[in-house]
Amino acid sequence: MTDLAQNTLDGLFLGSSYALLALGFTLIFGVLRRVNLSFGPAVMFGCYAATWVHLNFGAGLVLLAMVAVLGSILAGAYVERLCFAPHRGGSAIAAMVASFALWMQFEELATIALPRHVYDFPALHGGAPLAFGALTLRVESLVMLLAAVLVCALLWWILYRTRFGVAVRAVIDQPQAAQLAGISVPRIFMLTFALASAIGGLAGFLIASSHEQVTPMLGMWSTMKGLLAMMLGGLGSLPGAVLGGLALGLLEAHSQWFFGPQTRDLIAYALLFILLAARVPWMTTRSAS
Amino acid sequence: MSLLRVRDVVTAYGKIEALKGVSLEVAQGSITCLLGPNGAGKTTLMMSIAGILKPRKGAILFGGEDIAGRAPHSIVAKGVALVPENRLVFPSMTVLENLNAGAYQRGDRNAIADDVERMFARFPRLKERAAQQAGTLSGGEQQMLAVARALMSRPKLLLMDEPSLGLAPLVVEEIFRIVTELHKDGTSIFLVEQNAHMALKVAQHFYLMEQGKVSFSGTPGALAEDEVIRRAYLGSSKT
Repeated sequence: MTDLAQNTLDGLFLGSSYALLALGFTLIFGVLRRVNLSFGPAVMFGCYAATWVHLNFGAGLVLLAMVAVLGSILAGAYVERLCFAPHRGGSAIAAMVASFALWMQFEELATIALPRHVYDFPALHGGAPLAFGALTLRVESLVMLLAAVLVCALLWWILYRTRFGVAVRAVIDQPQAAQLAGISVPRIFMLTFALASAIGGLAGFLIASSHEQVTPMLGMWSTMKGLLAMMLGGLGSLPGAVLGGLALGLLEAHSQWFFGPQTRDLIAYALLFILLAARVPWMTTRSAS
Repeated sequence: MSLLRVRDVVTAYGKIEALKGVSLEVAQGSITCLLGPNGAGKTTLMMSIAGILKPRKGAILFGGEDIAGRAPHSIVAKGVALVPENRLVFPSMTVLENLNAGAYQRGDRNAIADDVERMFARFPRLKERAAQQAGTLSGGEQQMLAVARALMSRPKLLLMDEPSLGLAPLVVEEIFRIVTELHKDGTSIFLVEQNAHMALKVAQHFYLMEQGKVSFSGTPGALAEDEVIRRAYLGSSKT
C-alpha cells in the first residue's frame, strides 16, 4: 500500500515534467499544425548553454535557469525561421523532416562544445528528501510540480486574458479568419514558438537539475516524452497535454515497480499503440485550445 | 469618386488563372454588387483584395494606394474588412471574444468596448449569446457575428462574400436590412451575391463576372434590361 502511494507520488512528479514538455509541444502543434521534432533538442541546447555558463563562470541557479530559458528561445526561433517559416501553408512533412535535420545540428553542436558524454548539472536542493510518514519526497519533485501548476496558470492567463492570447486562439481556431481579423499570423507563429520554447527551457532546466546531469540525449528524451504525452492527451489540447503528461508519469512509475525498469518505456508505447488502434475519441478529435 | 479600383488583376492557382485581368471600381459610399456563376472567380477576387491571395499581375488601388500583394493584416489596417464566404467564425471562442478578435489591431480599449455595445444593439441576438461558443450558433447568427466581427475593425470598405449563402429567406432579409443600414451609416460595401433579387433592391452598381473576366457593368436598371442576365439571374424573361 505504501509502495503504491509512493509510486503514485513519484509518478505525479515525473509526470509534471512531462506535462511541461507536452505543453510546449502542444502550443506549437496547435498553432502551426506541425510537429516540431527539434523541440526537445532546442531544450537540450538551452540546458547545454546553461551547463557551459556553469562550467566557465560557476553562475548561480537563477542565472542558469535564465540562460536555459533564453537559450531554448533562441534555438526555438532558429528552428522556426529555418524549418517552419519557409513551409508555411506548404508541406507538413517537409517542415517535420527539416526539424529533424536541425535536431542533428543541435546534437552535434552540443558534443563539439562540451565533448564529454555526461556533465554534472547543479542540483536545486541536493539535501535529503523530505519525509511524510512512510512517504518520501524530493524537494526537486515538489518544485517541478509547483512549476507545472504555475506555468499552466500563467499559460491560461495569457491565452484567455490577454490580447495576444485571443490572437493565438484565433489562429488555432480558424487561421484564415484570423488573418482577415487583422492578426499577423507569421508574427503569432514566431511568438508562440518563443513561448513554447521558454516553457521547454524551464522544463529542461528543472529536469537537468533534478537528474543533476546533462547529456546530448536530453534532446531526444524531451521530444519523445513530450510527443508521447501530447498524443496521449489528444493532439492540440492544452488541458489534454497536462493530463497526458501526468498519465504518462503515473504509468511509468507503476509499470517500473510492477514489471521492472526495462519495461517502462515498452508499456508506455504499448498503451499509445492500443489507444491509437482503438481510436479513443479524445485522441481523434482535432479541436485545440 | 472611387474608393476601390481593381485594375487588370490576374490571380492564379498554380498554372490555372482564376482571374484573367479583372478591372472594376467601387464608388465611395456605394453598395456595389458582383454577380456571376460558381467558379467565375468572385471569391478569388475577394481574397485577392483582402490579401489572402497574391495577384500575379495588376493593381488594387484603395484610396489611391496600391495594396495588391500586401499582407492581410496590413490591408485590414488600411480599412478593408472581408466577411468571408461560409462566415469562418472562431468556433471555440465566445461571441464576445470573436468580436474582440475583430478589433485586434486597435489599441483603444474603451472605444472597443463601446463598439461591442454598438454591435450588440445592432445584433440583439449576439448580445443574448455573448458568452456562448460561436460554433454553437445557428448559420444566421454566425453570419451576423462574421459581419459584426468585420465591423469591429472600423472598415471604410466592407467586402461581403455571399452573405446569404445557405440561409433561410427571413434571415436573408435580415442580412440585407443590415447591409442597407451600414450603407446609410456611411460604409462602402462590395458585395458578392447569387441572390440577384435581393441585390437589386440594395445595390447601386452591378458587375457580372464569368470565367475570370468582367462581362457586364451597369446600373440596376441596365441589369434588369439585359435579357441574358434576366434569364440567368432573375429566373424570368421579360414579359
